[in-house]
Amino acid sequence: MELIYEKSRNGRTGVDFPLLDTPLQETLSEKYLRKEKASLPEVSELDVVRHYTVLSKLNFSVDTHYYPLGSCTMKYNPKATEKVAGLESFNIHPMIPQLPSGENFTQGALEVLYKSEKLLEEITGMDSMCSQPMAGAHGELVGIMLVAAYHKAKGNKKKTVIVPDSSHGTNPASAAMAGYEIITIPSLPNGEMDFDLFKEALNNEVAAVMMTCPNTLGIFETRIKEIADLAHSFDTLMYYDGANLNAIMGKVRPGDLGFDVVHINVHKTFGTPHGGGGPGAGPVGVKKKLIPYLPVPLIGKHTDGTFFLDYNHPESIGKTAPFYGQFGVLIKAYAYILLLGKEGLIDATEKAVLNANYLMKKLKAHYDLPYDRTCMHECVFSAKNQLQHKVHALDIAKYLIDQGIHPPTVYFPLIVKEAIMIEPTETESKETLDWFIDIMIGAAEKAKTNPEVLLNAPFTAPISRPNETKAAREINVNYFFKK
Amino acid sequence: MKYTPHTETEIKEMLADIGVSSVSELFKDIPESLRTRFFDIPKPFSEYEIIEHFQKIGKKNKTDLLLFTGGGYYDHYIPSAVDALSSRAEFYTAYTPYQPEAAQGTLQSLYEYQTAVCAITGMDAANASLYDGGTGVAEAVLMSFRLTNRNKVIIDGSLNPIYKKILHTYLDNLDFTIIEIPHQNYGTNREKIASLIDDDTASIVVQNPNFFGTIDDFQDIADMIHEKGGLLIQTVYPLSLGMLKTPGETGADITVGDGQSLGNPLSFGGPYFGFIAVKIKHIRQLPGRIVGETEDKNGKRAFVLTLQAREQHIKRHKATSNICSNQNLIALRGLFYLSLIGKKGFQVVASQNYQKAHFTLTELLKIKGVSLKNKNPFFNEFVLELPKNASETVEKMLSKGIAAGIPLSLYTPEDKNALLVSVTEKRTKEEIMKLAETMGEVLWN
Repeated sequence: MELIYEKSRNGRTGVDFPLLDTPLQETLSEKYLRKEKASLPEVSELDVVRHYTVLSKLNFSVDTHYYPLGSCTMKYNPKATEKVAGLESFNIHPMIPQLPSGENFTQGALEVLYKSEKLLEEITGMDSMCSQPMAGAHGELVGIMLVAAYHKAKGNKKKTVIVPDSSHGTNPASAAMAGYEIITIPSLPNGEMDFDLFKEALNNEVAAVMMTCPNTLGIFETRIKEIADLAHSFDTLMYYDGANLNAIMGKVRPGDLGFDVVHINVHKTFGTPHGGGGPGAGPVGVKKKLIPYLPVPLIGKHTDGTFFLDYNHPESIGKTAPFYGQFGVLIKAYAYILLLGKEGLIDATEKAVLNANYLMKKLKAHYDLPYDRTCMHECVFSAKNQLQHKVHALDIAKYLIDQGIHPPTVYFPLIVKEAIMIEPTETESKETLDWFIDIMIGAAEKAKTNPEVLLNAPFTAPISRPNETKAAREINVNYFFKK
Repeated sequence: MKYTPHTETEIKEMLADIGVSSVSELFKDIPESLRTRFFDIPKPFSEYEIIEHFQKIGKKNKTDLLLFTGGGYYDHYIPSAVDALSSRAEFYTAYTPYQPEAAQGTLQSLYEYQTAVCAITGMDAANASLYDGGTGVAEAVLMSFRLTNRNKVIIDGSLNPIYKKILHTYLDNLDFTIIEIPHQNYGTNREKIASLIDDDTASIVVQNPNFFGTIDDFQDIADMIHEKGGLLIQTVYPLSLGMLKTPGETGADITVGDGQSLGNPLSFGGPYFGFIAVKIKHIRQLPGRIVGETEDKNGKRAFVLTLQAREQHIKRHKATSNICSNQNLIALRGLFYLSLIGKKGFQVVASQNYQKAHFTLTELLKIKGVSLKNKNPFFNEFVLELPKNASETVEKMLSKGIAAGIPLSLYTPEDKNALLVSVTEKRTKEEIMKLAETMGEVLWN
């Protein structure tokens, strides 16, 4: 499709501004002015609206397509939360509460942050929550900085962070950004982290163990409490990657499993939209011993019930976001939790796990299931049987696009060859699951009888398979850049 | 309110198919002794109740303040079509475009976004966004360490204090040095910077217009650092680039900034987006996602995530950054904004900000004892020296419904009487006159 820049016509204008109502002042010296006008498009408002509306229709999205994308929790995003977030009464300049007496002008917004943190503390079993981190990976980074601050304050000489080989790539990347070296522990044939190898690797230099529970295979780590107890005996902290929190709400809490630090992906568990890749939000929660290091400001409550910005934490790691986190996202998560309430959150978890086990059961006769046991909210298949017919997981993914389904996550976790990671989510009905199951079974059949349909898919999408090698070799990331 | 569609009959059928008798059997892997017994979460709200509830909480905010508060985050006009387009569910309920055939809408839009960032900054290549300007500065500095294999960064004291704090937090656990050069008359202290550049200096971070609104041209500093083999990182207020010389024109190697001013509401601090753009030779050290143009197998134009070998999902601990989700939807709002106002509007809006700020200054200088602190030209924000305590003045002004600016004593206690005033195109002549009149009363009555 043409770019907006290619639709530009000299002299055409879009949205205008009112005429200047103040008398003309001095002009700025030429030496500070840009030489040429920016190459922005010259288009009408309709040009812009039609261009991006047509473009939007080239996307798959939760509202238009089934989206069983493993590890991403692509559940339905309730419209009421959008409405709440759009209330003009929360559109406040973030400096206002920092001005003298300014907190009086923002009590509603501070209340939203304070109360949502309290609910997240209860859901995760942590002692204190901070909403600053701006995405899941950012929450991980902040969480690991808290770990580092804790060890520094105690005079512990820690150098490494342990992660299982099934972990998200962000875990080792976040730990590395906080200056730690990584030790990777392999998984057992049952999908859990190898406890014996973990025990061997653990020593006084290990700052933290970063785990997802259930892990990325959708399997609950049954020895998690033992792992935590052993870690704590070395003053090694337990870090909980909240990516899979949707599997355990109201059933078990990371804090009760022995975790010391958690981050939450509110765009996964708490139904805030993914926005095509952000904005998310990644609140961090900690046990009491880590509270002194949380980023400032925190949100406090006076005895008279009013809320304030609390900077009184001399050991804080400092600032990790410009203000108080992604407020416009956090308010949606708060509204979501209140909408579902206690029984709704438990119901969401139960239906997510029910849906995943149902899918797993129905598909396991057709796809290799490397870890054949009860799963939690997601399950991981392998396309290795299909590989005999030269059909890869990627080909099945592309075939699904032709059927109007967003593909599951493929090639992750890295420990499963030809991985197909399916997270059905709780908001999908049995008939949607049955439809997906039929299509997946059909794909397995076609791999044997007519692999071309898979190998050349998609046929119906806006594009066929793109040439990614060309994209990386002949870099073109800016329309106006002349090589 | 529940969003699960399961009927009782369906649940029974599904359990029978799975081969278990109850949903609770599916949770058997969770040790009994660790299970949640109490779960102190309120009863569900209905949809009607939730909206009422938040309207009620919202009333506890006072949002009809007349805003002259900036500090890097501004009250600009947002065209209606920005909201309409970003409310397209095909944009906001999609996820990361890992499957390009099912995400050409997001991918092409991001390519256009990257192009727009380059067009306004005069740089060669941009990524698909970062969280915000502050974490953007931290990412840019880390990038300069990787590119130069050096370990020292010099930051200009007139950088936004929020950015400085985030940078310190990011570097605290790493083996790098930050040297901050205090500002001189609310501008850059060139002599001091020149004296500190050495062979270990990876980069210098400057801001234009700086935190105090002062406009500068950093070509001389670019030349100095380049001579020593280091890099110039320039952070910019993107909206000012409708008028001002671009980072690309003044020797910047890496440009970062906060995109809030481009079509995004203030929203109590977020979500905003960060942008980062570089000279083409540095593209392989960029953090985060990058979209590239290519062809599909039939030769049709296509867009994909490219150079992914830099990223955490492939490189894990050796990635250029841990960033995964960025601020896609908010960055697209920036693109919609820039496309809607277009080439001409971008110049008009910058010029109106400049004009209105200067008119405001003229009016405020009529108040006895008020003077301007910036020695060099400014854009839409300036520092006033008040005849009285700025913090107290701001408090009194707030009680009259005017947010008159930011007292600099919030950052530097010795700046007792200094006030940072910001004026955008949204402020009318009448509102500006009201600011001047009220401030005169507050100071002298």
